[in-house]
Amino acid sequence: MDILYRIVIDPFVQMVATPDFLIQVLWEGFVAGVLYALIALGFVLIFKASGVFNFAQGIMVVFAALSLVGFVEVGVPAPIAFVLCLGVMLVLAVGVERLVLRPLVNQPDIILFMATIGLTFFLIGLGELIFGGEPKTMVTEELFLPTGSSVWEPAGLGPDGAPGFILFQHLDVAAAAIALALVAALGFFFSKTRIGRALRAVADDHQAALSVGISLNQIWVIVWFAAGVVALFTGIMWGARSDVSFALEIIAFKALPVLILGGFTSIPGAIVGGLIIGIGEKLGEIYWGPLVGGGIESWLAYMIALVFLLFRPQGLFGERIIERI
Amino acid sequence: MKRTLGAALGVLLAGSTVAPALAQEGELFLPLLTYRTGPFAGSGIPIADGMRDYLTMLNERDGGIGGAKIYIEECETGYNTQKGVECYDSLKGRDPLVVNPYSTGITLQLIPKASVDGIPVLSMAYGLSAAADGTVFPWVFNPPLSYWDGASAAIKYIGEQEGGLEGLKGKKIGYIFLDAGYGREPIPLLEDFAKEYGFTLTQYPVPFDTMQNQSSQWLNVRRDRPDYMIMWGWGAMNPTAVREAAKVRYPMEKFIGTWWSGGEDDARPAGGGAKGYKTMNFNGVGTDFPVIADITTHVYDKGLSKVSDKSRIGENLYNRGVMNSFLMAEAVRNAQAATGKTLVTPAEVRAGFEALDITAERLKEAGMEGFMKPLKLSCTDHAGQSDVYVQEWTGEAWQPASDWFSPMVEKVRPMLEKAAEEYVAANQPWPKREVPCAD
Repeated sequence: MDILYRIVIDPFVQMVATPDFLIQVLWEGFVAGVLYALIALGFVLIFKASGVFNFAQGIMVVFAALSLVGFVEVGVPAPIAFVLCLGVMLVLAVGVERLVLRPLVNQPDIILFMATIGLTFFLIGLGELIFGGEPKTMVTEELFLPTGSSVWEPAGLGPDGAPGFILFQHLDVAAAAIALALVAALGFFFSKTRIGRALRAVADDHQAALSVGISLNQIWVIVWFAAGVVALFTGIMWGARSDVSFALEIIAFKALPVLILGGFTSIPGAIVGGLIIGIGEKLGEIYWGPLVGGGIESWLAYMIALVFLLFRPQGLFGERIIERI
Repeated sequence: MKRTLGAALGVLLAGSTVAPALAQEGELFLPLLTYRTGPFAGSGIPIADGMRDYLTMLNERDGGIGGAKIYIEECETGYNTQKGVECYDSLKGRDPLVVNPYSTGITLQLIPKASVDGIPVLSMAYGLSAAADGTVFPWVFNPPLSYWDGASAAIKYIGEQEGGLEGLKGKKIGYIFLDAGYGREPIPLLEDFAKEYGFTLTQYPVPFDTMQNQSSQWLNVRRDRPDYMIMWGWGAMNPTAVREAAKVRYPMEKFIGTWWSGGEDDARPAGGGAKGYKTMNFNGVGTDFPVIADITTHVYDKGLSKVSDKSRIGENLYNRGVMNSFLMAEAVRNAQAATGKTLVTPAEVRAGFEALDITAERLKEAGMEGFMKPLKLSCTDHAGQSDVYVQEWTGEAWQPASDWFSPMVEKVRPMLEKAAEEYVAANQPWPKREVPCAD
């Protein structure tokens, strides 16, 4: 009976007893969710255009962030280094299209997937060769990103009616705002512009798209570049929260439950999925985690995704594919 | 054009597959399991540099050890247990004099293997704490102290801040750790101590894939409000934890990391927020030691070091790598002295470790006065249970924040022996020590 109380009742009692802490948890979950959505977006863009799960997205995040810090280390001002990094990601996109994707046109998707695994190892090696393996500090202030924090003390929201205490890191606020703006911009670009419509045509049917004059190669360069831009922003935001090192690659794993939940082809799915996973795992870890010794959020994210899949196997916003024999 | 490119690529590939030179006759083979790549490279690189540079310095300055050159070979593990075991398997047929796994996960896998293969394992202040019992683990060494000694030292230090161990009663101590063999190792001791001294232990495991996203763990810390926090972190977990602690405004002076959470790169990224953060340590930091000057002269200045920048020489983890290689070299010297041979065997080096008696005079002679505490191992004691000190991050560098003090030896030693017995019972048949200990 006690265990039932601790699972079903006690967490909600805690939430009501300290509403300021609950708000803090929801805020942290929201920030994490938006950042997860950003990572997932990189995968979605490429999957939409080519049907390929880009295994290299994680290392692209590392490569972009290391390039940025690397340029600054050799004396380039941070804003210019940022622009140069966009150039690096463009060169990477063109290189991938020319050297990896183009020779593999019409090959099964699994071959393209394997090629992205190869690309991952190539980028790891290249990154270590150029930048070394030592961690670096993100150039947060040089990029004019805010640091410091603000405290909100709403009356009566603390324990026993005391004033509450809610902390907002300025960097987190900026990260959430930038990520949302980026997601909105990409959503607009791919749904309202000519290139965006071409992308959707390619996603629906490569051959039909080719037959109406859409350049498959050009579309691939554009989506890989867009994924590279997303990787750069992801690297800056996550790098500023920790450090810039090859450990950032692990962050990409966090996108998997988001993709399962949101669907591999939906930009809104990546956003909503990211928020559900981000907030869900924080609530689970904080209020239910202590019951089993903590450390549950890694697998809880997948559990949340699987529960949703029971009801919507194609993901929240994924396309329902019905194949009849 | 394509053919030319293909030929060029072929030449490059052929060049890259040329096997590295192997140890020659008349050389002492000291392989180093290192990780210069992957998520833990930030911690692995300075240690690898320190280990390599000290051995290279011996080659350059003294012509090796006892007249025999040292053959150094690194094997990249990426801090991955499977790769580490593969490294060991590839090396064991070449009579390595000692193996340094540099990962508790790898050490745990190698303990049963090395005990059968007859290769000494040096897990310097990491690995299985119970390996301190030489009667059960004759091939494994974990000087200058085990994780359990370290955890007891952390509790002792906290006790001193509270006016004595009795002051711990009713306190809450949080333990944040990498959720792997390494981070879980001290838990049995901390749980025992919690019962004995009456404090509450709250645990905050950090899974591998959330190392850089610890907001949940630190929100829990904010809610639980532990009086002190102890950390067993590694790699990217450390700087993230320090940042998150600053973010939730946890008082840094009450946040104490283990010696593996005390790299410059662990505290530096948090900037001023990390000021006051403490860790335990058992080696000197900085360049103000003759041994470091010798390394600079004979290795760095000759372009033989792999350090990315001269300023990294003397950093905490670099110096720890130096100390690791010093212990290996001293064991080899002991083996040479005991046998009268220049080229010694792994079994003789094992005995050399048991004969380690690094006195203050010897440290001075080796240019390491004040670099570490004198250390004495024996047949039964493979850890030494040496002293530690607490260092504090000033915002720019580490500064000692306490005198050297001993771990709770009298409490920990019986626990280590009991754990060793339990290990043997769970891993039957366990090879018995061939020559019983006389001490």
